[in-house]
Amino acid sequence: MDLGILWYLVPSVLMFACGVYGFVTRKNLIAILISLELMLNAADLNFVAFNRYIFPGQMEGMIFTLFAIAIAAAETAIAIAIIINVYRAIGNTDINEIKKLKF
Amino acid sequence: MDYSQFSAMIPELIVLGIFILVFLYDTFAGSGARKADGILTTVLFGLGTVAIFFAGTVPQECFGGMYVSNSITLALKSILNIGVFIVLIQSLKWTDSDDMTLRRGEFYELLLATLFGMYLMISARHFLLFVIGLETASLPLAALIAFNKKHYESTEAAAKYIMTAVFSSAVLMMGLSFVYGLSGGSLYYNDVAAAVAGGEMSGMLIVALTFVLAGIGFKLSLVPFHLWTADVYQGAPTSVTSYLSVISKGSAAFAFFVIFVQAFGAAYPEAWEWMLYGIIIITITVGNLFAIRQKNMKRFMAFSSVSQAGYIMLGVIAANSIGMASMLFYILVYIFSNLGAFGVIQAIENQSGKLSMGDYRGLHKSNPWLAFAMTLAMFSLAGIPPFAGFFSKILIFTSVTASNSMALYMLVLIALINTIISLYYYLLVVKAMWISPEEPVVPQFRSALSERVGLWICVAGIVFIGLLSPIYQLLTDASVADAAQLFAWLG
Repeated sequence: MDLGILWYLVPSVLMFACGVYGFVTRKNLIAILISLELMLNAADLNFVAFNRYIFPGQMEGMIFTLFAIAIAAAETAIAIAIIINVYRAIGNTDINEIKKLKF
Repeated sequence: MDYSQFSAMIPELIVLGIFILVFLYDTFAGSGARKADGILTTVLFGLGTVAIFFAGTVPQECFGGMYVSNSITLALKSILNIGVFIVLIQSLKWTDSDDMTLRRGEFYELLLATLFGMYLMISARHFLLFVIGLETASLPLAALIAFNKKHYESTEAAAKYIMTAVFSSAVLMMGLSFVYGLSGGSLYYNDVAAAVAGGEMSGMLIVALTFVLAGIGFKLSLVPFHLWTADVYQGAPTSVTSYLSVISKGSAAFAFFVIFVQAFGAAYPEAWEWMLYGIIIITITVGNLFAIRQKNMKRFMAFSSVSQAGYIMLGVIAANSIGMASMLFYILVYIFSNLGAFGVIQAIENQSGKLSMGDYRGLHKSNPWLAFAMTLAMFSLAGIPPFAGFFSKILIFTSVTASNSMALYMLVLIALINTIISLYYYLLVVKAMWISPEEPVVPQFRSALSERVGLWICVAGIVFIGLLSPIYQLLTDASVADAAQLFAWLG
Protein backbone atom coordinates (compact mmCIF):
# COMPACT_ATOMS: atom_id res chain seq x y z
CA MET A 1 0.00 0.00 0.00
CA ASP A 2 1.36 3.39 -0.90
CA LEU A 3 0.18 6.44 0.99
CA GLY A 4 0.19 9.82 -0.73
CA ILE A 5 2.05 12.85 0.55
CA LEU A 6 -1.15 14.31 2.00
CA TRP A 7 -1.22 11.50 4.55
CA TYR A 8 1.87 13.10 6.03
CA LEU A 9 1.28 16.80 5.42
CA VAL A 10 -2.19 16.95 6.97
CA PRO A 11 -1.14 15.30 10.27
CA SER A 12 1.89 17.55 10.35
CA VAL A 13 -0.22 20.69 9.97
CA LEU A 14 -2.64 19.34 12.61
CA MET A 15 0.30 18.73 14.93
CA PHE A 16 1.51 22.27 14.36
CA ALA A 17 -1.94 23.66 15.07
CA CYS A 18 -2.20 21.60 18.26
CA GLY A 19 1.18 22.93 19.30
CA VAL A 20 0.12 26.54 18.75
CA TYR A 21 -3.15 25.90 20.59
CA GLY A 22 -1.29 24.35 23.52
CA PHE A 23 1.26 27.16 23.57
CA VAL A 24 -1.50 29.72 23.87
CA THR A 25 -3.81 27.97 26.33
CA ARG A 26 -1.58 25.97 28.70
CA LYS A 27 -0.76 27.48 32.08
CA ASN A 28 2.24 25.32 32.97
CA LEU A 29 5.71 26.00 31.60
CA ILE A 30 6.44 22.30 31.07
CA ALA A 31 3.19 21.86 29.14
CA ILE A 32 4.10 24.88 27.02
CA LEU A 33 7.47 23.30 26.30
CA ILE A 34 5.74 20.09 25.19
CA SER A 35 3.56 22.13 22.83
CA LEU A 36 6.69 23.76 21.41
CA GLU A 37 8.18 20.32 20.79
CA LEU A 38 5.04 19.36 18.88
CA MET A 39 5.49 22.39 16.64
CA LEU A 40 9.17 21.65 16.00
CA ASN A 41 8.40 18.02 15.20
CA ALA A 42 5.65 19.05 12.80
CA ALA A 43 8.24 21.01 10.83
CA ASP A 44 10.57 18.01 10.81
CA LEU A 45 7.80 15.74 9.57
CA ASN A 46 7.10 18.21 6.78
CA PHE A 47 10.72 18.20 5.68
CA VAL A 48 10.93 14.44 5.60
CA ALA A 49 7.64 14.06 3.73
CA PHE A 50 8.63 16.60 1.09
CA ASN A 51 11.99 14.96 0.68
CA ARG A 52 10.56 11.46 0.37
CA TYR A 53 7.74 12.29 -2.05
CA ILE A 54 8.81 15.30 -4.11
CA PHE A 55 12.60 15.02 -4.26
CA PRO A 56 13.25 11.31 -3.70
CA GLY A 57 16.76 11.37 -5.16
CA GLN A 58 18.16 13.87 -2.69
CA MET A 59 18.98 14.09 0.98
CA GLU A 60 18.74 17.77 1.85
CA GLY A 61 15.47 17.58 3.79
CA MET A 62 16.65 14.59 5.80
CA ILE A 63 19.89 16.36 6.70
CA PHE A 64 17.97 19.47 7.70
CA THR A 65 15.76 17.32 9.92
CA LEU A 66 18.78 15.79 11.65
CA PHE A 67 20.11 19.25 12.43
CA ALA A 68 16.65 20.45 13.47
CA ILE A 69 16.34 17.58 15.95
CA ALA A 70 19.69 18.47 17.49
CA ILE A 71 18.71 22.13 17.69
CA ALA A 72 15.38 21.23 19.30
CA ALA A 73 17.22 19.15 21.90
CA ALA A 74 19.52 22.07 22.72
CA GLU A 75 16.54 24.40 23.01
CA THR A 76 14.76 21.99 25.36
CA ALA A 77 17.84 21.63 27.52
CA ILE A 78 18.21 25.35 28.04
CA ALA A 79 14.47 25.84 28.49
CA ILE A 80 14.38 23.16 31.19
CA ALA A 81 17.32 24.81 32.96
CA ILE A 82 15.47 28.11 32.98
CA ILE A 83 12.23 26.44 34.15
CA ILE A 84 14.17 24.91 37.07
CA ASN A 85 15.40 28.41 37.87
CA VAL A 86 11.82 29.66 37.87
CA TYR A 87 10.76 26.76 40.09
CA ARG A 88 13.49 27.57 42.60
CA ALA A 89 12.45 31.21 42.63
CA ILE A 90 8.67 30.90 43.04
CA GLY A 91 8.05 27.27 43.98
CA ASN A 92 5.97 26.27 40.97
CA THR A 93 5.89 26.58 37.19
CA ASP A 94 2.50 28.20 36.74
CA ILE A 95 2.65 31.07 34.29
CA ASN A 96 -0.02 32.98 36.21
CA GLU A 97 2.61 33.47 38.90
CA ILE A 98 5.18 34.87 36.46
CA LYS A 99 3.74 38.30 36.03
CA LYS A 100 5.98 40.74 37.79
CA LEU A 101 7.26 42.29 34.57
CA LYS A 102 4.45 43.99 32.77
CA PHE A 103 3.31 47.43 31.97
CA MET B 1 37.95 17.45 2.49
CA ASP B 2 39.64 20.65 1.54
CA TYR B 3 40.53 22.40 4.78
CA SER B 4 41.88 25.45 3.01
CA GLN B 5 38.33 26.75 2.60
CA PHE B 6 38.29 27.57 6.29
CA SER B 7 40.61 30.44 5.42
CA ALA B 8 37.55 32.30 4.09
CA MET B 9 36.08 32.23 7.59
CA ILE B 10 38.69 34.51 9.16
CA PRO B 11 36.21 36.55 11.29
CA GLU B 12 34.59 33.41 12.70
CA LEU B 13 37.95 31.83 13.41
CA ILE B 14 39.17 34.96 15.21
CA VAL B 15 36.07 35.08 17.43
CA LEU B 16 36.37 31.35 18.08
CA GLY B 17 40.06 31.80 18.96
CA ILE B 18 39.25 34.57 21.43
CA PHE B 19 36.50 32.38 22.89
CA ILE B 20 38.91 29.49 23.43
CA LEU B 21 41.62 31.71 24.92
CA VAL B 22 39.18 33.31 27.36
CA PHE B 23 37.74 29.92 28.25
CA LEU B 24 41.18 28.41 28.94
CA TYR B 25 42.27 31.45 30.92
CA ASP B 26 39.10 31.40 32.98
CA THR B 27 39.45 27.68 33.65
CA PHE B 28 43.10 27.51 34.59
CA ALA B 29 43.89 30.92 36.10
CA GLY B 30 43.86 31.29 39.89
CA SER B 31 41.00 33.05 41.57
CA GLY B 32 43.05 36.26 41.83
CA ALA B 33 44.16 36.27 38.22
CA ARG B 34 40.62 35.53 37.12
CA LYS B 35 39.73 39.12 37.97
CA ALA B 36 41.45 40.07 34.72
CA ASP B 37 38.94 38.12 32.59
CA GLY B 38 37.10 41.25 31.52
CA ILE B 39 40.21 43.24 30.63
CA LEU B 40 41.67 40.26 28.77
CA THR B 41 38.51 39.73 26.71
CA THR B 42 38.19 43.41 25.93
CA VAL B 43 41.80 43.76 24.81
CA LEU B 44 41.74 40.55 22.77
CA PHE B 45 38.46 41.52 21.20
CA GLY B 46 39.76 45.00 20.39
CA LEU B 47 42.71 43.43 18.57
CA GLY B 48 40.34 41.00 16.86
CA THR B 49 38.15 43.89 15.70
CA VAL B 50 41.13 45.56 14.03
CA ALA B 51 42.23 42.25 12.49
CA ILE B 52 38.78 41.55 11.06
CA PHE B 53 38.56 45.07 9.70
CA PHE B 54 41.77 44.59 7.76
CA ALA B 55 41.05 40.99 6.76
CA GLY B 56 41.10 40.51 3.01
CA THR B 57 38.01 41.64 1.18
CA VAL B 58 38.43 39.20 -1.68
CA PRO B 59 34.98 37.67 -2.20
CA GLN B 60 35.15 34.04 -1.23
CA GLU B 61 32.75 31.13 -0.97
CA CYS B 62 33.14 27.93 0.92
CA PHE B 63 31.27 24.70 1.63
CA GLY B 64 29.71 24.74 -1.82
CA GLY B 65 28.50 28.33 -1.45
CA MET B 66 26.78 27.82 1.91
CA TYR B 67 29.04 30.42 3.42
CA VAL B 68 30.16 33.58 1.64
CA SER B 69 32.58 36.23 2.70
CA ASN B 70 32.62 39.51 0.80
CA SER B 71 33.07 43.18 1.47
CA ILE B 72 29.52 43.78 2.71
CA THR B 73 29.54 40.92 5.23
CA LEU B 74 32.96 42.04 6.44
CA ALA B 75 31.66 45.60 6.76
CA LEU B 76 28.69 44.49 8.85
CA LYS B 77 30.88 42.24 10.99
CA SER B 78 33.19 45.18 11.65
CA ILE B 79 30.21 47.35 12.59
CA LEU B 80 28.92 44.71 14.99
CA ASN B 81 32.44 44.31 16.40
CA ILE B 82 32.56 47.99 17.28
CA GLY B 83 29.25 47.56 19.10
CA VAL B 84 30.38 44.45 20.96
CA PHE B 85 33.61 46.21 21.92
CA ILE B 86 31.66 49.09 23.46
CA VAL B 87 29.33 46.64 25.24
CA LEU B 88 32.38 44.82 26.65
CA ILE B 89 33.90 48.07 27.93
CA GLN B 90 30.62 49.15 29.48
CA SER B 91 30.10 45.81 31.20
CA LEU B 92 33.50 45.84 32.97
CA LYS B 93 32.15 47.61 36.04
CA TRP B 94 29.18 45.28 36.36
CA THR B 95 31.23 42.09 35.99
CA ASP B 96 33.61 43.42 38.65
CA SER B 97 30.92 43.27 41.34
CA ASP B 98 31.15 40.68 44.09
CA ASP B 99 28.29 38.37 43.18
CA MET B 100 29.82 37.96 39.73
CA THR B 101 33.15 36.53 40.89
CA LEU B 102 32.36 32.94 40.04
CA ARG B 103 30.54 33.60 36.79
CA ARG B 104 32.53 36.45 35.29
CA GLY B 105 34.20 34.32 32.64
CA GLU B 106 30.94 32.71 31.58
CA PHE B 107 29.48 36.09 30.71
CA TYR B 108 32.25 36.76 28.20
CA GLU B 109 32.22 33.23 26.82
CA LEU B 110 28.47 33.28 26.20
CA LEU B 111 28.72 36.72 24.65
CA LEU B 112 31.37 35.54 22.19
CA ALA B 113 29.37 32.38 21.42
CA THR B 114 26.31 34.39 20.43
CA LEU B 115 28.47 36.68 18.32
CA PHE B 116 29.81 33.62 16.50
CA GLY B 117 26.25 32.56 15.72
CA MET B 118 25.44 36.02 14.40
CA TYR B 119 28.46 35.92 12.09
CA LEU B 120 27.21 32.64 10.63
CA MET B 121 23.76 34.14 10.19
CA ILE B 122 25.21 37.11 8.29
CA SER B 123 27.37 35.00 6.00
CA ALA B 124 24.90 32.18 5.41
CA ARG B 125 23.65 31.67 1.87
CA HIS B 126 21.88 28.40 2.67
CA PHE B 127 18.89 28.06 4.97
CA LEU B 128 20.44 25.26 7.04
CA LEU B 129 23.48 27.37 7.95
CA PHE B 130 21.15 30.29 8.62
CA VAL B 131 19.05 28.28 11.08
CA ILE B 132 22.16 26.95 12.82
CA GLY B 133 23.53 30.48 13.12
CA LEU B 134 20.22 31.82 14.40
CA GLU B 135 20.03 29.18 17.12
CA THR B 136 23.70 29.56 18.05
CA ALA B 137 22.95 33.23 18.47
CA SER B 138 19.71 32.97 20.42
CA LEU B 139 20.33 30.07 22.83
CA PRO B 140 23.34 31.55 24.68
CA LEU B 141 21.38 34.80 24.83
CA ALA B 142 18.73 33.04 26.94
CA ALA B 143 21.46 32.01 29.39
CA LEU B 144 22.80 35.57 29.40
CA ILE B 145 19.36 37.00 30.16
CA ALA B 146 19.05 34.64 33.14
CA PHE B 147 22.48 35.74 34.32
CA ASN B 148 21.45 37.71 37.42
CA LYS B 149 20.57 34.54 39.29
CA LYS B 150 19.73 36.38 42.49
CA HIS B 151 17.26 38.73 40.83
CA TYR B 152 13.87 37.21 40.19
CA GLU B 153 13.21 39.56 37.23
CA SER B 154 16.12 38.09 35.34
CA THR B 155 14.70 34.56 35.63
CA GLU B 156 11.26 35.67 34.56
CA ALA B 157 12.66 37.52 31.56
CA ALA B 158 14.68 34.46 30.55
CA ALA B 159 11.61 32.22 30.78
CA LYS B 160 9.67 34.59 28.57
CA TYR B 161 12.55 34.92 26.12
CA ILE B 162 13.26 31.22 25.69
CA MET B 163 9.60 30.37 25.16
CA THR B 164 9.11 33.04 22.48
CA ALA B 165 12.48 32.23 20.91
CA VAL B 166 11.63 28.54 20.55
CA PHE B 167 8.14 29.40 19.34
CA SER B 168 9.56 31.69 16.69
CA SER B 169 12.13 29.18 15.52
CA ALA B 170 9.41 26.54 15.27
CA VAL B 171 7.37 28.91 13.11
CA LEU B 172 10.46 29.70 11.04
CA MET B 173 11.26 26.02 10.49
CA MET B 174 7.68 25.31 9.49
CA GLY B 175 7.98 28.10 6.94
CA LEU B 176 11.29 26.75 5.71
CA SER B 177 9.76 23.30 5.24
CA PHE B 178 7.24 24.87 2.84
CA VAL B 179 10.06 26.74 1.13
CA TYR B 180 11.81 23.41 0.74
CA GLY B 181 8.67 21.90 -0.77
CA LEU B 182 8.59 24.46 -3.57
CA SER B 183 12.32 24.99 -4.00
CA GLY B 184 13.21 22.04 -6.20
CA GLY B 185 15.04 20.17 -3.48
CA SER B 186 17.71 22.65 -2.54
CA LEU B 187 17.82 25.25 0.20
CA TYR B 188 20.53 27.48 -1.26
CA TYR B 189 19.23 31.03 -1.47
CA ASN B 190 20.03 31.14 -5.18
CA ASP B 191 18.20 27.89 -5.92
CA VAL B 192 15.18 29.05 -3.95
CA ALA B 193 15.32 32.33 -5.88
CA ALA B 194 15.34 30.48 -9.20
CA ALA B 195 12.38 28.34 -8.13
CA VAL B 196 10.45 31.39 -6.93
CA ALA B 197 11.19 33.31 -10.13
CA GLY B 198 10.31 30.32 -12.33
CA GLY B 199 7.09 29.19 -10.66
CA GLU B 200 3.87 31.14 -10.50
CA MET B 201 2.62 32.76 -7.34
CA SER B 202 1.15 29.89 -5.35
CA GLY B 203 -0.68 29.81 -2.06
CA MET B 204 2.13 27.76 -0.61
CA LEU B 205 4.66 30.48 -1.35
CA ILE B 206 2.51 33.03 0.45
CA VAL B 207 2.20 30.71 3.47
CA ALA B 208 5.95 30.05 3.44
CA LEU B 209 6.75 33.75 3.22
CA THR B 210 4.38 34.58 6.06
CA PHE B 211 5.90 31.96 8.34
CA VAL B 212 9.47 32.98 7.55
CA LEU B 213 8.60 36.65 8.02
CA ALA B 214 6.98 35.87 11.38
CA GLY B 215 9.93 33.74 12.49
CA ILE B 216 12.54 36.40 11.76
CA GLY B 217 10.16 39.16 12.88
CA PHE B 218 10.21 37.68 16.39
CA LYS B 219 13.99 38.04 16.53
CA LEU B 220 13.78 41.61 15.26
CA SER B 221 10.76 42.42 17.48
CA LEU B 222 8.65 43.76 14.63
CA VAL B 223 5.22 44.65 15.84
CA PRO B 224 2.78 41.81 15.91
CA PHE B 225 5.68 39.77 17.29
CA HIS B 226 7.15 42.29 19.72
CA LEU B 227 5.39 41.37 22.96
CA TRP B 228 8.42 39.75 24.56
CA THR B 229 10.66 42.75 23.99
CA ALA B 230 9.78 45.06 26.87
CA ASP B 231 9.68 42.35 29.54
CA VAL B 232 12.95 40.80 28.44
CA TYR B 233 14.73 44.14 28.14
CA GLN B 234 13.57 45.14 31.59
CA GLY B 235 14.46 41.89 33.32
CA ALA B 236 17.82 41.18 31.71
CA PRO B 237 21.03 42.61 33.16
CA THR B 238 21.60 46.01 31.53
CA SER B 239 24.76 44.92 29.70
CA VAL B 240 22.81 42.09 28.12
CA THR B 241 19.93 44.41 27.26
CA SER B 242 22.24 46.75 25.39
CA TYR B 243 23.76 43.79 23.55
CA LEU B 244 20.32 42.44 22.69
CA SER B 245 19.04 45.77 21.46
CA VAL B 246 21.81 46.57 19.00
CA ILE B 247 23.96 43.60 18.02
CA SER B 248 21.29 40.95 17.81
CA LYS B 249 18.93 43.33 16.04
CA GLY B 250 21.57 44.46 13.54
CA SER B 251 22.57 40.98 12.50
CA ALA B 252 18.97 39.77 12.23
CA ALA B 253 18.08 42.80 10.10
CA PHE B 254 20.89 42.06 7.66
CA ALA B 255 19.96 38.38 7.45
CA PHE B 256 16.37 39.47 6.86
CA PHE B 257 17.51 41.66 3.96
CA VAL B 258 19.58 38.93 2.34
CA ILE B 259 16.88 36.27 2.68
CA PHE B 260 14.06 38.40 1.38
CA VAL B 261 15.95 40.11 -1.40
CA GLN B 262 18.15 37.28 -2.56
CA ALA B 263 15.94 34.24 -2.02
CA PHE B 264 12.44 35.70 -2.35
CA GLY B 265 13.29 38.72 -4.50
CA ALA B 266 11.07 37.62 -7.38
CA ALA B 267 8.02 37.60 -5.10
CA TYR B 268 8.69 41.19 -3.98
CA PRO B 269 5.96 43.05 -5.90
CA GLU B 270 3.24 40.42 -5.48
CA ALA B 271 3.76 39.24 -1.95
CA TRP B 272 6.16 40.50 0.63
CA GLU B 273 6.36 44.17 -0.26
CA TRP B 274 2.81 44.59 1.07
CA MET B 275 3.33 42.39 4.10
CA LEU B 276 6.41 44.37 5.03
CA TYR B 277 4.66 47.65 4.21
CA GLY B 278 1.96 46.99 6.80
CA ILE B 279 4.41 45.64 9.33
CA ILE B 280 6.68 48.69 9.08
CA ILE B 281 3.78 51.09 9.60
CA ILE B 282 2.44 49.34 12.69
CA THR B 283 5.93 48.67 14.04
CA ILE B 284 6.94 52.31 13.98
CA THR B 285 3.59 53.58 15.24
CA VAL B 286 2.97 51.06 18.02
CA GLY B 287 6.59 51.28 19.19
CA ASN B 288 6.30 55.05 19.44
CA LEU B 289 2.90 55.14 21.10
CA PHE B 290 3.85 52.59 23.75
CA ALA B 291 7.17 54.30 24.44
CA ILE B 292 5.32 57.45 25.48
CA ARG B 293 3.72 55.80 28.49
CA GLN B 294 6.81 54.02 29.87
CA LYS B 295 8.30 55.15 33.15
CA ASN B 296 11.08 52.56 33.47
CA MET B 297 14.09 53.54 31.36
CA LYS B 298 14.81 50.01 30.15
CA ARG B 299 11.21 49.47 29.05
CA PHE B 300 11.31 52.88 27.43
CA MET B 301 14.41 51.92 25.47
CA ALA B 302 12.72 48.62 24.56
CA PHE B 303 9.82 50.34 22.84
CA SER B 304 12.15 52.89 21.32
CA SER B 305 14.13 50.00 19.85
CA VAL B 306 10.91 48.45 18.49
CA SER B 307 10.21 51.61 16.54
CA GLN B 308 13.87 51.88 15.43
CA ALA B 309 13.58 48.33 14.08
CA GLY B 310 10.77 49.63 11.90
CA TYR B 311 13.07 52.31 10.51
CA ILE B 312 15.78 49.71 9.86
CA MET B 313 13.22 47.67 7.91
CA LEU B 314 12.75 50.64 5.56
CA GLY B 315 16.10 49.62 4.07
CA VAL B 316 14.68 46.16 3.33
CA ILE B 317 11.54 47.41 1.65
CA ALA B 318 13.70 49.60 -0.59
CA ALA B 319 15.29 46.31 -1.80
CA ASN B 320 18.15 47.95 -3.67
CA SER B 321 21.84 48.40 -3.03
CA ILE B 322 21.34 51.91 -1.62
CA GLY B 323 18.88 50.38 0.82
CA MET B 324 21.51 47.88 1.91
CA ALA B 325 24.16 50.57 2.39
CA SER B 326 21.86 52.92 4.28
CA MET B 327 20.59 50.08 6.43
CA LEU B 328 24.15 49.28 7.46
CA PHE B 329 24.81 52.96 8.11
CA TYR B 330 21.63 53.14 10.18
CA ILE B 331 22.75 50.13 12.21
CA LEU B 332 26.15 51.75 12.82
CA VAL B 333 24.61 55.01 14.02
CA TYR B 334 21.98 53.14 16.02
CA ILE B 335 24.75 51.19 17.78
CA PHE B 336 26.46 54.38 18.92
CA SER B 337 23.25 56.17 19.96
CA ASN B 338 21.66 53.25 21.76
CA LEU B 339 24.84 52.20 23.51
CA GLY B 340 25.34 55.81 24.60
CA ALA B 341 21.91 55.80 26.21
CA PHE B 342 22.45 52.39 27.77
CA GLY B 343 25.90 53.46 29.00
CA VAL B 344 24.31 56.27 31.02
CA ILE B 345 21.50 54.01 32.26
CA GLN B 346 24.07 51.45 33.33
CA ALA B 347 26.34 53.95 35.06
CA ILE B 348 23.42 55.29 37.09
CA GLU B 349 22.10 51.80 37.83
CA ASN B 350 25.49 50.52 38.99
CA GLN B 351 25.87 53.51 41.29
CA SER B 352 22.42 53.91 42.78
CA GLY B 353 20.18 51.14 41.43
CA LYS B 354 17.77 53.74 40.04
CA LEU B 355 16.04 53.00 36.74
CA SER B 356 12.86 55.05 36.47
CA MET B 357 12.59 58.19 34.40
CA GLY B 358 11.59 60.21 37.48
CA ASP B 359 15.00 59.49 38.97
CA TYR B 360 16.65 61.40 36.13
CA ARG B 361 15.11 64.69 37.25
CA GLY B 362 17.68 67.40 37.70
CA LEU B 363 20.50 65.12 36.63
CA HIS B 364 22.38 68.05 35.12
CA LYS B 365 22.96 69.55 38.56
CA SER B 366 24.61 66.46 40.00
CA ASN B 367 26.10 64.74 36.96
CA PRO B 368 26.31 67.15 34.02
CA TRP B 369 28.47 64.90 31.83
CA LEU B 370 26.13 61.94 32.11
CA ALA B 371 23.21 64.24 31.32
CA PHE B 372 25.15 65.58 28.34
CA ALA B 373 25.88 62.10 26.94
CA MET B 374 22.27 61.03 27.44
CA THR B 375 21.03 64.17 25.69
CA LEU B 376 23.24 63.55 22.66
CA ALA B 377 22.07 59.94 22.50
CA MET B 378 18.41 61.00 22.65
CA PHE B 379 18.91 63.70 19.99
CA SER B 380 20.61 61.21 17.74
CA LEU B 381 17.88 58.58 18.22
CA ALA B 382 15.24 61.19 17.45
CA GLY B 383 17.15 62.43 14.40
CA ILE B 384 17.93 66.05 15.26
CA PRO B 385 20.15 67.61 12.57
CA PRO B 386 23.78 67.94 13.50
CA PHE B 387 23.97 64.46 14.97
CA ALA B 388 24.47 61.13 13.25
CA GLY B 389 20.87 59.97 13.65
CA PHE B 390 19.69 62.69 11.30
CA PHE B 391 21.95 61.56 8.47
CA SER B 392 21.09 57.91 8.90
CA LYS B 393 17.37 58.74 8.72
CA ILE B 394 17.86 60.90 5.61
CA LEU B 395 19.79 58.16 3.85
CA ILE B 396 17.31 55.44 4.66
CA PHE B 397 14.37 57.62 3.53
CA THR B 398 16.22 58.42 0.31
CA SER B 399 16.79 54.76 -0.41
CA VAL B 400 13.06 54.04 -0.05
CA THR B 401 12.04 56.83 -2.42
CA ALA B 402 14.63 55.79 -5.03
CA SER B 403 12.10 53.61 -6.87
CA ASN B 404 9.66 56.54 -7.29
CA SER B 405 6.64 54.54 -6.21
CA MET B 406 3.73 56.52 -4.76
CA ALA B 407 3.05 53.92 -2.06
CA LEU B 408 6.61 54.10 -0.84
CA TYR B 409 6.44 57.90 -0.71
CA MET B 410 3.40 57.49 1.55
CA LEU B 411 5.40 55.11 3.72
CA VAL B 412 8.16 57.70 4.10
CA LEU B 413 5.56 60.31 5.00
CA ILE B 414 4.15 58.08 7.74
CA ALA B 415 7.65 57.40 9.00
CA LEU B 416 8.34 61.14 9.07
CA ILE B 417 5.19 61.84 11.10
CA ASN B 418 6.32 59.13 13.49
CA THR B 419 9.71 60.78 13.81
CA ILE B 420 7.90 63.78 15.26
CA ILE B 421 6.03 61.59 17.76
CA SER B 422 9.31 59.99 18.75
CA LEU B 423 10.82 63.43 19.26
CA TYR B 424 8.20 64.00 21.97
CA TYR B 425 9.16 61.04 24.11
CA TYR B 426 12.89 61.32 23.57
CA LEU B 427 12.66 64.92 24.71
CA LEU B 428 10.74 63.82 27.83
CA VAL B 429 14.01 62.35 29.07
CA VAL B 430 15.93 65.47 28.13
CA LYS B 431 13.31 67.61 29.88
CA ALA B 432 13.55 65.54 33.05
CA MET B 433 17.31 65.92 33.07
CA TRP B 434 17.70 69.61 32.20
CA ILE B 435 14.46 71.51 32.78
CA SER B 436 12.77 69.97 35.84
CA PRO B 437 13.33 72.37 38.73
CA GLU B 438 13.42 69.67 41.44
CA GLU B 439 16.54 68.80 43.33
CA PRO B 440 18.48 65.91 41.74
CA VAL B 441 17.46 62.41 42.83
CA VAL B 442 20.74 60.76 41.88
CA PRO B 443 23.60 62.13 44.00
CA GLN B 444 26.80 63.36 42.42
CA PHE B 445 29.24 60.51 41.69
CA ARG B 446 32.28 59.78 39.59
CA SER B 447 31.64 56.90 37.21
CA ALA B 448 34.27 54.20 36.66
CA LEU B 449 36.97 54.73 34.05
CA SER B 450 35.58 51.96 31.83
CA GLU B 451 32.13 53.55 31.77
CA ARG B 452 33.60 56.93 30.89
CA VAL B 453 35.69 55.47 28.06
CA GLY B 454 32.62 53.68 26.67
CA LEU B 455 30.56 56.86 26.81
CA TRP B 456 33.24 58.97 25.15
CA ILE B 457 33.45 56.51 22.26
CA CYS B 458 29.67 56.70 21.85
CA VAL B 459 29.61 60.50 22.03
CA ALA B 460 32.42 60.75 19.47
CA GLY B 461 30.51 58.36 17.22
CA ILE B 462 27.26 60.32 17.54
CA VAL B 463 28.94 63.61 16.73
CA PHE B 464 31.32 62.58 13.96
CA ILE B 465 29.87 59.55 12.13
CA GLY B 466 27.25 61.64 10.36
CA LEU B 467 29.83 64.14 9.18
CA LEU B 468 32.28 61.57 7.90
CA SER B 469 31.04 60.80 4.41
CA PRO B 470 33.85 58.28 3.67
CA ILE B 471 32.06 55.76 5.90
CA TYR B 472 28.91 55.96 3.84
CA GLN B 473 30.96 55.84 0.65
CA LEU B 474 32.68 52.69 1.90
CA LEU B 475 29.36 51.02 2.67
CA THR B 476 27.90 52.00 -0.70
CA ASP B 477 30.88 50.58 -2.56
CA ALA B 478 30.66 47.39 -0.55
CA SER B 479 26.95 46.93 -1.19
CA VAL B 480 27.24 47.74 -4.89
CA ALA B 481 29.98 45.11 -5.12
CA ASP B 482 27.68 42.61 -3.45
CA ALA B 483 24.62 43.58 -5.50
CA ALA B 484 25.48 41.29 -8.42
CA GLN B 485 25.13 38.25 -6.20
CA LEU B 486 22.19 39.63 -4.28
CA PHE B 487 20.10 40.41 -7.34
CA ALA B 488 21.08 37.30 -9.28
CA TRP B 489 17.40 36.33 -9.55
CA LEU B 490 16.83 39.29 -11.87
CA GLY B 491 18.62 37.24 -14.47
